[in-house]
Order: sequence, then C-alpha cells, then structure tokens
Amino acid sequence: MSILVYTENWDGKFKKFSFELVSYAAAVAKETGASVTVISIGKVAQEELQKLSLYGADKVLTVEDERFKSLDNKAMSKAVVAAAEAEKATLVVLAHNNLGKALAPRVSVRLKAGLETGVMALPLSMNPFIVKKKVFTGKAFAKVKVEGEIKVITLAQNSFEPVEMNHTETIEAFDPQVSDSDFTVVVKETNKVTGKVLLTDAEIVVSGGRGMKSADNWGGLEELADLLGAGMACSRPVSDEGWRSHSEHVGQTGKIIAPNLYLAFGISGAIQHLGGVSSSKVIVAVNKDPEAPIFEAADYGIVGDVNVVIPQFVQAVKEL
Amino acid sequence: MKILVLISNVPDTTTKIRFKADNTAFDDAGVQWIINPWDELALTRAVELKEAGSITHITVANVGTPATEPTLRKALAVGADDAIRVNVAAKDAFEVASQLAQVAEGYDLILAGIEASDYNGSAVGGMLAELLDISSVSAVSGITIADGKVLFNREIDGGSQKLEVTTPVLAVVQKGIAKEPRIPAMRGIMMARSKPLKVIDPSTAEERTAFVKFELPPKKAACKMVAEDNVKELVRLLHEEAKAL
Repeated sequence: MSILVYTENWDGKFKKFSFELVSYAAAVAKETGASVTVISIGKVAQEELQKLSLYGADKVLTVEDERFKSLDNKAMSKAVVAAAEAEKATLVVLAHNNLGKALAPRVSVRLKAGLETGVMALPLSMNPFIVKKKVFTGKAFAKVKVEGEIKVITLAQNSFEPVEMNHTETIEAFDPQVSDSDFTVVVKETNKVTGKVLLTDAEIVVSGGRGMKSADNWGGLEELADLLGAGMACSRPVSDEGWRSHSEHVGQTGKIIAPNLYLAFGISGAIQHLGGVSSSKVIVAVNKDPEAPIFEAADYGIVGDVNVVIPQFVQAVKEL
Repeated sequence: MKILVLISNVPDTTTKIRFKADNTAFDDAGVQWIINPWDELALTRAVELKEAGSITHITVANVGTPATEPTLRKALAVGADDAIRVNVAAKDAFEVASQLAQVAEGYDLILAGIEASDYNGSAVGGMLAELLDISSVSAVSGITIADGKVLFNREIDGGSQKLEVTTPVLAVVQKGIAKEPRIPAMRGIMMARSKPLKVIDPSTAEERTAFVKFELPPKKAACKMVAEDNVKELVRLLHEEAKAL
C-alpha cells in the first residue's frame, strides 16, 4: 500500500508547497502504515530530489522525458496514473494549484477513484475517508466523505506545515509509457515576469483598492512591497479600470491567496474580495470609511487616508 | 466550428450562506440563482467569437432540475443558439461530468469555468475531458481562432504562454477570457424564449463523494483600531504582537 504525491518543480527546484504535500502524505502514511512515493516530472538535480526525503518520501520516481515540457494535461495525467498503478497507490495527493487542479480530475476518472479538491487538513477519518474543505469561496466549510478504493485529493497551499525528519529515500527513473499521440498541445511562446515575488508564494501581500484613486498612485505601495519582499495585489475595480494587471487581482473571481499578512489599502472589502483573502493569517485594513466591511474581516485597522498612511507605513518599516 | 459551454447554476455571489437539516444541506430559501461567474465569462467569449465569424454555433449545457431553466434561458439570451439540460439533481462533480459526457460529443471546443462558486470543486472540466478522452488545457485566459487554428493563452506561475491546440479540446477558463460578462439585451431575452432547450433523461451515474456536514467559520475577534497619525504603533503591533512583520 502506498501514497503517491505529484509535485511539480519550478525551473528544477521544489518549493515549500512541494514539501507541504510530501509531509502531508507522510503524516497520513504514519497512520496507515503506507509508504510515500513521489513522482517528479522534468529535469531535477539529485540533491534537489533528495530534499524530498527530508519530509518523508520513501521513493522518488523521476520522469525526465522532454515531451512533458509543454505541461500537456492529458499526457501528464497518464504519467501520474501509470505511477499510481505501478505503486499500487490507494491515495494520490496533488497541489491545489493550476497544474494540480488540471491533473487531479483526469487522474481520478482514469483510476476510478473518488476525488476531493482543496483539502485543508489531515483526513478527519480514514475509514470512511472524510476530509475538510472550504466551500462557497471561504464562506463555509464542508466535511466530505470520499468513496472508492482509491482516493485522489488536492491539498490547499499553506494548510499543512512541512515537518523535517530523518529519512532516506530511493530515487528511480520511471517510464510512464505515454505515447506521442497523447501530446496535443504546442507551446508557441512563453512570457515570464522575473524578479517579482509571485502572489501565490508571498508570505506578505500588499494590496490596493479603489481608494488608491488612480493608476499613478502606486509608487508608495510598490516601495512598501519591495521593502517587505511582498507580493503586489489589487481588488477587482482596480484591475477592471486597468490601473493594475489582471494577474494581480485577488478575490473570488481572481486569485485566492493565503499569506501570513495581508495589507489592504483603500479596499472596502466586498464579499467577493473577502472570499479571496479570508484565509490570510493576519489582515490589516486602511480605509477612510469606518463602516467599510473590510474592518469586520481585519485584525488591525486604521480609519484614514491611504495617501497619508502609506508614506508613514514605509517610514515605520524602515525603522524596524 | 461548434462550441459547447458548460453552465453551472449557482447562488448569487452575495448570498448569505445558511444550512439546514442539522447542517447537512445548503438552505436555498430565498436564494437568487445566477450563471456561475466563470461560465458567464466563457459564454461571453464564445459569443464574441461567433460575432467575429470564427465559430458557427454555441450550445450551452447544464445538469439540473427544471428549477435551473431560468439560468439556461439567460445563457440563450446572452447569445447561445441552443441549450441542453440533463434532468437530474446531480450530487457531485463526477455525476455532473458523467451526465455531460452523453451530450458533449461532436463539439470542436468545450469551455468550462475554472470552478463553480458554490462548492469550489474545479473538477467537472477535467473529468469530462478524461471521460471523452480528449485533451484539456487549464488556466486558459484567452482564446483566439485564426485560419481554423485554435490558440490559447494559458496562465502559468509568474507569466503566461501561447499555445496551439488541436481540436477537439476542452478549455478550463479563468479571469481574462472576456473583459466583462454580457448583459442580455431585450431583443436577446425575446429571442431566447423561442430558442431550443432540449431536456435529456439522465443516465445511471455513480456518485463518489457525499457531504457529511457543513459549518460556518468561527466569528472573528474585533478589529484592533489604531489612529491615523500613529502608523508607527500599527507597525509595532504587527511586529511584536502579531509577529507578522
């Protein structure tokens, strides 16, 4: 019996999220006496692969086939299924991110497995298999029973702390036997913004709303984000107005984030916005309207003008 | 080229969420139902593509009881040519995908929203693609069709990619696919009344998950307020008390 984890790598490196997945699997394995196998697709150096053992991987299957570079969902899910079958996995754990969400449903159908996505804690019970997840975009939680001899789950980011342990693993090359006809996507062009903190990785997120007034007022927030090593975000009206890029929009229809600290400047806190940020550990709100709903979700607040507060905030952080 | 847009019928996003029957079911009393926001954007893009002459036909499909028909009629009013409803109150994503699989063949392009705003599953699109054994692309934020070729814009961490795909293909779409959802015009609403809405009997489908219990998040402690001229104190609290800086 084994638990299979699929984690992507980012230019040959794993991230904290990868270790969260492996640690989660190791914690379930400890309960059930299963072993933990990780499938890694793409070129990753040996010492990077060895890091996975620190979090409890017993075995790593590596697939270095260049064809997978296009992240073809159909081909990649076949590779994960091949590994699950080879390892006789009864649980498959993927990340609740773009790629994990793309693969998990396909994998579950092929394995005739039960699927639950966005799982936020260890299973509440193994038999029956019950997990907890958010529903209604963070407005409620649900406990869900997952059926089937095999279960597939995606784990929400920042919901399980990686635990280091003394462990060794074996690393094996794996050929998932995926045929050329399963690769149907051709990448014509890739544009990457470099040197910026990714919103989904950021421990601190600095965010601005309609209260920022125009596209020209963001210098202070950018300076603050730089100082804190924070990611930049905005509310929906801001991206709709074109003041900031759509890729920075957080909220129900934008990105859903869960940083340690969320700093909201000039954001009133519409319910759709809160749905995307309510998992943040600490929320700070600065808004001139004392009745703004953001203050109900916030831990700390200032009723005031963002143009007055932001420069002072920058100064105070410099003095820390 | 023919497009199928999957439509989920969800509570309005401003709905106050309540549960009933000892917190085992969603309380839908007084709830306003809408097209799932991402499905609405997908439909909007499909209508734009049809107006540009890139595609010939838009079908919308939903799995639900007769109560979901107003949502399908709205989709027709926005610009879909016809609608299909599989007549069953499906219990989970696999059941929805299985029901859709019987009506989803024969389209060049299938569009699914990244998730439904009620149960946030992100599962139906990928499941349907696997059931149909066709390719799928997730996190699609742009679709263009030129000379019979379908090009997707896909969001990746910290950037985006342009992809060429072969049809049939299922796109799981997200924000950016269309700028703003279309609001049906009076003419569209009138025309929608006479557009075909086909009701299909469900096939026998398996459920693989079941909700055991719902709960509402615990009430948050009151927000600690700091004066506007004392930002330094706020930063100190974040540093020393919350240990977040």
